[in-house]
Amino acid sequence: MRPGTAMLLFALLTLAACQREERDTRPQNSLGSGEQPTPVTTLEPGGQRASASDNKAASFEANAFHLSEGKRLFSWFNCSGCHANGGGGMGPALMDQKWLYGSSIESIHATIRDGRPKGMPSFRDKIPDDQIWELAAFVRSLSGNAPSSAAPQRNDDMMPHPSENRLPDAATLGKSP
Amino acid sequence: MKRTAQPVAPCVVAVCANRSAAPRKRLASIFATLLLASTPLLMAASEAPSTPAISPPPSAAPPDDGQWTMPAKNYASTRYSELTEINEGNAKDLQVAFTFSTGVNKGQEAAPLVVGGTMYIVSPFPNIVYALDLTKPGAPMKWKFEPNPEPAAQGVACCDVVNRGAAFADGRIFFNTLDGHTIALDANTGQPIWNAHIGNINIGETITMAPLVVKGKVLVGNSGGEMGVRGWVKALDAGDGHVVWTAYGTGPDKDVLIGPDFKPHYDMDKGKDLGVTTWPPEAWKIGGGNMWGWISYDPDLNLIFHGTGNPGPWNPDLRPGDNKWTSGIFARDPDTGAAKWFYQWSPHDLHDYDGINEQVLLDMNWQGKPRKVLVRPERNGYLYILDRTTGEVLSAKPFGPVNSSKGVDLKSGRLIENPDKKTGTGKVVRDICPTASGLKDWQPSAFSPKTGLLYIPHNNLCMDEEGVEVNYIAGTPYVGMNVRMIPGPGGNRGAFTAWDIAAQKPAWSLKENFPVWSGAVVTAGDVVFYGTMEGWFKAVSAKTGDLLWQFKTASGIIGQPITYRGPDGRQYVAILSGVGGWAGAIVSGDLDPRDATAALGFVNAMKDLKEATTAGGTLYVFRLP
Ligand code: HEC
Repeated sequence: MRPGTAMLLFALLTLAACQREERDTRPQNSLGSGEQPTPVTTLEPGGQRASASDNKAASFEANAFHLSEGKRLFSWFNCSGCHANGGGGMGPALMDQKWLYGSSIESIHATIRDGRPKGMPSFRDKIPDDQIWELAAFVRSLSGNAPSSAAPQRNDDMMPHPSENRLPDAATLGKSP
Repeated sequence: MKRTAQPVAPCVVAVCANRSAAPRKRLASIFATLLLASTPLLMAASEAPSTPAISPPPSAAPPDDGQWTMPAKNYASTRYSELTEINEGNAKDLQVAFTFSTGVNKGQEAAPLVVGGTMYIVSPFPNIVYALDLTKPGAPMKWKFEPNPEPAAQGVACCDVVNRGAAFADGRIFFNTLDGHTIALDANTGQPIWNAHIGNINIGETITMAPLVVKGKVLVGNSGGEMGVRGWVKALDAGDGHVVWTAYGTGPDKDVLIGPDFKPHYDMDKGKDLGVTTWPPEAWKIGGGNMWGWISYDPDLNLIFHGTGNPGPWNPDLRPGDNKWTSGIFARDPDTGAAKWFYQWSPHDLHDYDGINEQVLLDMNWQGKPRKVLVRPERNGYLYILDRTTGEVLSAKPFGPVNSSKGVDLKSGRLIENPDKKTGTGKVVRDICPTASGLKDWQPSAFSPKTGLLYIPHNNLCMDEEGVEVNYIAGTPYVGMNVRMIPGPGGNRGAFTAWDIAAQKPAWSLKENFPVWSGAVVTAGDVVFYGTMEGWFKAVSAKTGDLLWQFKTASGIIGQPITYRGPDGRQYVAILSGVGGWAGAIVSGDLDPRDATAALGFVNAMKDLKEATTAGGTLYVFRLP
């Protein structure tokens, strides 16, 4: 083997190795780093785009571990100070069917990461991205948007409301099916 | 404890009013005989009306000029008007004179001001100031000023985005914005004169209180006791807005403006740097002690009196010690801010008992001796009478159901805690009365020298509490307590109590379904006005509490009524209607009643408020036809 070929092969192998490393630890934007823009409206002049869903979202939604972590972090990062246990206070209620900035996990993820103008702080530099997804998944469970098999089942503290796995889908509250 | 209305003896005025020409002659002769027989007695009797037994110092409550230039009416904070056109007999005829929409559907806690022919009102966030021309029919708008506060401030205001009013002095209107500005406007034109940025929303600081102007200084304090904000009171120069002095509610003596003049009455308040040593290391820096309530001023003593808010976080296990100088009251020199005395209502507060309520300055005989006192219906449930020259507690009697403490030890001055109701980490304690919102919160009472009664709008609620761990993250809540509130004994969530100051007991008390979150005003016509959270604006007899008149406004009332003489010489009564505040946050913030802990637990006691009223923001002004 000529030294040149050897060099090329080595370089290729090294590059391939780099590629593999990168895939594991630093997913690209399109693979869901939570950085893609999330529209806060359904109005789109010139016709509606297919709503962009984040690949990362799926692995957090409907996952019991992530949901229970989200519940823990909800108190840990003082979300509960402003939103109580979903009923709201300084911030709006999160267990009802009314959404200011969208009910999708992507919208909620964007809310927590970037903040919202009327007093929702941006937690971009406080909370790692995966934990923001966990929080977003838990927030959805407050309005009944998580399978009851996965949503948190009990409170370690004073019961503020029926546990998340028994909360009704807020969209159907008060309406007959 | 259960209490029903206890009307005092029916009024005797009718006897005198019921006179005709014939018996008058006979009466005159009887009087003449009496005069000869008992001159000293008659003298005393005829003197009675001019110098009532309990009255505010004249320097702090000058004769009524028919205006309303500060929310508390005067420096003594009596909220008493000498106007008599509207009285017990004719109040039933009151009619709407005009209305005005503030354009903001949040809790309207402000008192309107009336200066000359103009009325001034401040809306909740975004804190718009309106000037209405009372000399023209329908009171058209003269000017408005929009300070455009930062929208993000709404997220760090603990309990709705309220504002408790403006103050007038020397041709200027002074008011505060939620995002931490104090602004001076030209009262005639609405042009801003200065704008001082003194609060930082990024650490959770907001301003909701009404300023008080004393000797060319605008006194302002911060809110943020639920956000780990260190409390302060600042004096700004009324001329240009620069900060003359700042007195903190926690920390070393030099920050609290405690110096050689400081002479607290009780041993528990004596010592060096107690604002540091009564806290775990560094905890005082995020320990609360905010000043978002009322200030009174005694020109004779040259002292201002102001309370301090709750210590943070609420969970008491995280801050062992007395947590000076929170949940107490300071007397200070208004020129320098130097503290003269301090008294702590709730040392090492367990239940969010802020100490910022109004203090009514009165002169009265106490056990045979004339005393300069300060009367304070306090959040922890006691009606305190303090000697305002020394801070000594003369009396502390519960004015409603209290089980969180067992009284006040008048020797040591200390509140006697009930160990059964002590909260802590991981422990659920049930049926604590009163709640975090107190037997009475910020809603100011009114005092009539004619009746000697203090008219107290208040709550009747109890709560369950559980302390939990909490992380301090600047600009986010620092509470550490799960709370859910329930109606108090009897089921009526509010009451309006007339308290006989001399007798130290209630004269009468009215039950209300919801907490009475509005202020009160009382007049020389013996009429008391207050509002309910359903939206009723009520006039009741100052003597008996009998309902004289009521009017249903568009939204629940949590504002401060005032009464004034209009440019036409007639007496008017004004109130802002618009539900909200902590008690009404369920409506103004559209909170979800299925969460018992929403709005720091208040929602659990107010689940049905959404069925009783909707948000609003309207000024109502009434007068006789
Ligand atoms: C300092 C108070 C505060 C804290 C802390 C806070 N929020 Fe918020 N939050 C708000 C406010 C105020 C809004 C409304 C913002 C607006 O209308 O622009 C909001 C909005 C939201 C929304 C959007 C609701 C909707 O209807 O679209 C979500 C979701 C949310 N917050 C989740 C969280 C989570 C999760 C946390 C903790 C990581 C958190 N918040 C911490 C105050 C807060």
